[in-house]
Amino acid sequence: MRITCPHCGERDRREFYYRGAAVDLDRPAPDAGAEAWDNFVYLRENPAGVTRELWYHEGGCGAWIVVTRNTVTHEIQGSQLASEVNA
Amino acid sequence: MRFSGFRVLKEGLTGNKGWTPHWRDPEPKSEYDIVIIGGGGHGLSTAYYLAKEHGLTNIAVLEKGYIGGGNIGRNTTIVRANYFLQGNSEFYSHSLKLWEGLEEDLNYNVMHSQRGIINLFHSDGQRDAAARRGNMMISQGDDAILLGRDELREMLPYLNYDDLRFPLYGGLYHPRGGTARHDAVAWGYARGADQRGVDLIQNCEVTGIDIENGVVRGVQTSRGAIRAKKVAMVVAGRSGQVAAMAGMRLPIESHVLQAFVTEGLKPCIDHVVTFGMGHFYISQSDKGGLVFGGDLDFYASYAARGNLPTVESVMEAGMALMPMIGKARVLRSWGGIMDMTPDGSPIIDKTGVEGLYLNCGWNYGGFKAVPGSGNVFAHLIATGRYHENATGLRLDRFRTGRGIIDEEGKGSQHNLH
Amino acid sequence: MRVAGKGLIDRTETVPFVFDGVSYNGFRGDTLASALLANDVRLMGRSFKYHRPRGVLTAGSEEPNALVTVGEGGAQEPNMRATMQEIYPGLAARSQNRWPSLGFDLMGINDLGAPFLGAGFYYKTFMWPKAFWEKVYEPIIRRAAGLGGLSGQDNTDKYESAYAFCDLLVIGAGPAGLMAALVAARAGADVILADENARMGGRLLAETYEVDGKPGHVWADEVLAELRGMDNVRLMTRTTVAGAYDQGTYAALERVLHHTDRRPNGAPLETYWRIVAKRSVLAAGALERPVAFRDNDRPGIMTAGAVRTYLNRWGVSPGRNVTIFGNTDDIHRTARDLLEAGVHVAAVIDSRHDAPLSDDYQVLRGAQVCGSAGRKGLESITVRRASGEEKIHTDCLAMTGGWNPSVHLTCHMNGRPTWQRDIAAFVPRPDAVPGMETAGACNGSFSTDACLREGIAAAEAALDDLGMKAPKTTVPQAEDTPYEIAQLWAVPGKGRAWLDFQNDVTVKDVKQAATENFRSVEHMKRYTTQGMATDQGKNSNVAALAVLADATGRGISETGTTTFRPPYSPMAIAALGAGAEGAGFKPQRFTTSHKAAVARNAPMVEAGLWYRPSYFPQAGETTWRQSCDREVNMVRQAVGICDVSPLGKIDIQGPDAGAFLDFVYTNMFSTLKVGRARYGLMLREDGFVMDDGTTARLGETHYVMTTTTAGAGDVMKHLEFVHQGLRPDLDVSFTSVTEQWAQFAVAGPKSRELLNDLLDMQLDDESWPFMACGPVSVLGVAGRLFRISFSGEHAYEIAVPARYGASLYDILTKRAEVLGGGLYGMEALGVLRIEKGFITHSEIHGRTTAYDIGMGRMVSQKKDCIGKTMSQREGLEEPGRERLVGLKPIGESKQLLAGAHLYKEEAEPVRTNDQGYLTSVGYSPTLETMLGLGFLADGPDRYGEVVKMVDHLRGVTTLCEVVNPVFFDPDGGRVRG
Repeated sequence: MRITCPHCGERDRREFYYRGAAVDLDRPAPDAGAEAWDNFVYLRENPAGVTRELWYHEGGCGAWIVVTRNTVTHEIQGSQLASEVNA
Repeated sequence: MRFSGFRVLKEGLTGNKGWTPHWRDPEPKSEYDIVIIGGGGHGLSTAYYLAKEHGLTNIAVLEKGYIGGGNIGRNTTIVRANYFLQGNSEFYSHSLKLWEGLEEDLNYNVMHSQRGIINLFHSDGQRDAAARRGNMMISQGDDAILLGRDELREMLPYLNYDDLRFPLYGGLYHPRGGTARHDAVAWGYARGADQRGVDLIQNCEVTGIDIENGVVRGVQTSRGAIRAKKVAMVVAGRSGQVAAMAGMRLPIESHVLQAFVTEGLKPCIDHVVTFGMGHFYISQSDKGGLVFGGDLDFYASYAARGNLPTVESVMEAGMALMPMIGKARVLRSWGGIMDMTPDGSPIIDKTGVEGLYLNCGWNYGGFKAVPGSGNVFAHLIATGRYHENATGLRLDRFRTGRGIIDEEGKGSQHNLH
Repeated sequence: MRVAGKGLIDRTETVPFVFDGVSYNGFRGDTLASALLANDVRLMGRSFKYHRPRGVLTAGSEEPNALVTVGEGGAQEPNMRATMQEIYPGLAARSQNRWPSLGFDLMGINDLGAPFLGAGFYYKTFMWPKAFWEKVYEPIIRRAAGLGGLSGQDNTDKYESAYAFCDLLVIGAGPAGLMAALVAARAGADVILADENARMGGRLLAETYEVDGKPGHVWADEVLAELRGMDNVRLMTRTTVAGAYDQGTYAALERVLHHTDRRPNGAPLETYWRIVAKRSVLAAGALERPVAFRDNDRPGIMTAGAVRTYLNRWGVSPGRNVTIFGNTDDIHRTARDLLEAGVHVAAVIDSRHDAPLSDDYQVLRGAQVCGSAGRKGLESITVRRASGEEKIHTDCLAMTGGWNPSVHLTCHMNGRPTWQRDIAAFVPRPDAVPGMETAGACNGSFSTDACLREGIAAAEAALDDLGMKAPKTTVPQAEDTPYEIAQLWAVPGKGRAWLDFQNDVTVKDVKQAATENFRSVEHMKRYTTQGMATDQGKNSNVAALAVLADATGRGISETGTTTFRPPYSPMAIAALGAGAEGAGFKPQRFTTSHKAAVARNAPMVEAGLWYRPSYFPQAGETTWRQSCDREVNMVRQAVGICDVSPLGKIDIQGPDAGAFLDFVYTNMFSTLKVGRARYGLMLREDGFVMDDGTTARLGETHYVMTTTTAGAGDVMKHLEFVHQGLRPDLDVSFTSVTEQWAQFAVAGPKSRELLNDLLDMQLDDESWPFMACGPVSVLGVAGRLFRISFSGEHAYEIAVPARYGASLYDILTKRAEVLGGGLYGMEALGVLRIEKGFITHSEIHGRTTAYDIGMGRMVSQKKDCIGKTMSQREGLEEPGRERLVGLKPIGESKQLLAGAHLYKEEAEPVRTNDQGYLTSVGYSPTLETMLGLGFLADGPDRYGEVVKMVDHLRGVTTLCEVVNPVFFDPDGGRVRG
């Protein structure tokens, strides 16, 4: 598997660490309530198809990136720096 | 038909002409008391125990492909009860007891082989953790023995005791752990459920769940609508998609776990051995193939196949631990779709919809749970009450923080369990 | 027998080899199979279940019968295909799965029991008596099963793994693959051409075709010569591309040295390649399928293609009196090749009623072979015609049921092949593997002309994708014979007709499975074990599928297929896991004091990837406890030195560093004064404790954080995530400096005295109070000093750039010894921290909250932080949670054990009464008792209560008093003094 880092280009999957769905970027306000926090920390859309997810270029430039990927075919459609999502 | 050595002999002498179908292929009826979505191990055993222990037989098991085609057909066949947290401990203990009578119960040889499981440890700290686990197992009524390095060497002389990167300190031995023939478990339950009147409907995909005013009414399928008083979702690997039909979002992320089998070899590994530091476990099937696996590929996937980095890390762990298997050749690799939950433990519960039940989140440990899961789920569906050995597998534990069962201590990141 | 004038082997070099203890001669270039056939050895193996005598069926890696063991001891290789194993002087191979010998195998008795050993028989019996499965039945089954054996010794051969990258990977070097590689190479693309055989050319080496007017193998050699001369081409023989993975990644296995007894120093036996290819062309050819008829498994019965291969490639006729049976024109080609070589052809049995006739040999049209005879090798066949049955004497039957395109790699990414009726075979679905083109026979195009054309077209398509221009290529002249096949899977009749030769699956078994309602192809496979042998159904799956389709009244495409999964042919674990044996498994991290500690005989223990000294034995000490007790006393009474460098160190800089730390720690850091350090607690977002450590503020915009050794990597990822993902607005950056600084604890009442000798300044309580930190000069070297303590003593940690670590350690050791102190290791460190109730990952094991470890008040109410909201969930703060306590033995037993559980004194020690467990224990020489830390339900509310510690595993029960976890110096006077 090869993943494209916006900084470094296409690199081997071994250089990356996978975290999970990009919902992790949508941190609710502290007082958003139990449901919002349950949604953020635990519940997942978990689609069989295209999803956005967080990878860390641990063995490379250290960027957290949001990868758009298909969970059925493993096709990678694009990637973006996480720092740009909440910028 | 009752199976026995005598029957095999009789059929052999008369040309094997008398064998009959293991199960029927009935047309779906328009209505059942209970519809079980999913004809995998857990769905089939749920149907079996509903019929056997609760006398409920107006049941359909709906399977979109062939029965036993999910993770029960693609695992590494390990059966054990060596958990250390309340919630898990009593549940898996219950399941193991059911395994121990399964062949007689089902009149089907699932080849349950209690050859013993050894979890290796490599430091004082890991020994302490193993001791905590073993003490819980014994206090639950199961068996555990703490092996020192010398005892370990006597049992498993082929491990690398010389220069293993993480030296062997010993192992936690679970004599009643072992393996079983995975497909046979599905077939045995299917046959048992069918014999008791349960309709097993293959090639029948559920496309919708009918809910009126918060009460389940039935399901839509590729073979028409089926009404039901109760509906049970037992579709690990596809839990999110099916639950979404009922408007639910689950604490599950799907991951791929690969496993491997080698060409057949004469007996060389008599136990199940797990090497936690290398995320590696191995046993030898009765056919002679070494069956082994390791960690997840770690990315979300429904592809039921993995990639090379995990393949390599598994093989590397094998070579580190037991260099004698180097000459064994990997014959086949495959992947299963794992329902990974945020604490690594399963969910067996009611839902917010009356009459709709949920069984999911087996992570990579669902095979050994098949008897227990069906048994306690049947109890819940039939009585509306939690089975005494399954009070902790609640869906709401994440929202409330009450009774989270995190054996790995890795927290809410799904793939770390 | 060897045939004069045929074959592409070097007859000038005779190669002696041994099979089952008998010496034979072959020629250079022979495989074990071709050499044995040349010596008229037909019996080469035994089947898996019935132990039937078997000879070679094929001439390739798909061979199911002729599996042998090669080598001895740690180099023993079971299950080597005789068809792939090249001979070399001294090769010693032996048959397997037989006892006592291949010719006389007692397990052959199974064959007589066959009526009772049919599909799935074992699911129906062996259930009584219950205890017999593990003790009697299973051991017998296990011993009877299996093929070859491992030696039980550690592998002694060298294996390697490697990466390769290319524009185009061409898989298979037959006519299609050669053409594809040639076109792409001429266009300038980086090309890898891989073929599993020792010699490239594919069927061109095995047939008598001409290409461009030359013998096919000559044409192939010319193409290879051109390719070999190009810098942008890598030719990989003996290399099986075994798996297709995501984004153009392929797994391949190169058998580097199996064909020779020469083991050049350092060269691997096999190399596992990971090939990343922008595009690929699959030109893997096709595999011939046998026909099922009664007793079609006798030695001497093989595929027609294999007969031609042995004849044309190796100059060997597998028989002297050959019969040929099948349903395509290939049988006539086989006859012509044999006749031309002077081999007698007894009859050609063509199942087609309109089969061509010949003047040179007898053709039986519309006939079928319905049986065979011969105990350990074929002696005759029975042919059924409209006119009746006829027995024909023969020592070799060449059979064909048609060809199966090698679609395997196109299935590795879940692509399902499609049924193509006119060739009665499955062909690849287009785009089944992204970036892969298919060409030639693997695509269902069987003529040489079609292979050449498709090879060119595939290369052109790939070049187009790569943005490269394809050169104009003329298609070489070659045969374009139409492929005409009449479906022929199983000849009806009594008796057993084999489908899966190795696993002994017969037509009857598949039919019985269908009767028992194993009608899904996956069910049939799993119930009968059809296709689960070492060939993974390459020889048998399609025929078995056809039999199942027939038995269930369905078409073949409707019946579906099972899935081919990697690897294409089996790969050694040693190759896939190359380099990991022993210490090579994971990196080893060493501190700068490692050598000094080893020199002092300290046993080194693993701490994550690091090695740390356990204790430092001194003369007269015979147990680790004596050393540990001494070291603890030394720290409490004088001064001890300990290398703490493995703790994670993260340099944090930027104007918003303080604000950032406030967000990742539960407590405040923006308010920390420059020159001060503070203990910090970090939560995961789910509210549980993630890590802890002290963080020092070295400047307004500069902090240095310490983490636990185990947590260093995770914390670094976490900080980067929180910054980049959640708070990119904050101006802060992180650098791991764990290995840049050597850091030593100097602990004990004489620690200041020791340091004052080394530093360019004098420490005192006013300038360096507890938790002070700052730059210092250590014997002229710029370093950092932190007055922090993990022992509860007056203590410091001193850090210098790692290159000074070894010498500073040496100096600290010597000075400490002068002051009555010295080195202490992990054991003493553990006792010191337990005495003080300090936690490690034994306590913050991922399931505990700040509340559980008595630090609930460290979660600041003034601000938000990671994990705060979730840590306040109702279920995490209610009564009954297990919380940190200290435990002291008070009864007769004085023993405490980590991992033991806690119960009320009178309670039965069973799960339902479980109250908690011990996490850390140690003997305190200071307090002269064992001490334990543990978690107990509502523990802090139960100080003074007596609870029972039970360790079932080790048979220990100890009554304990529940106490505050800070056993020693509870008001902290020593650390400040």
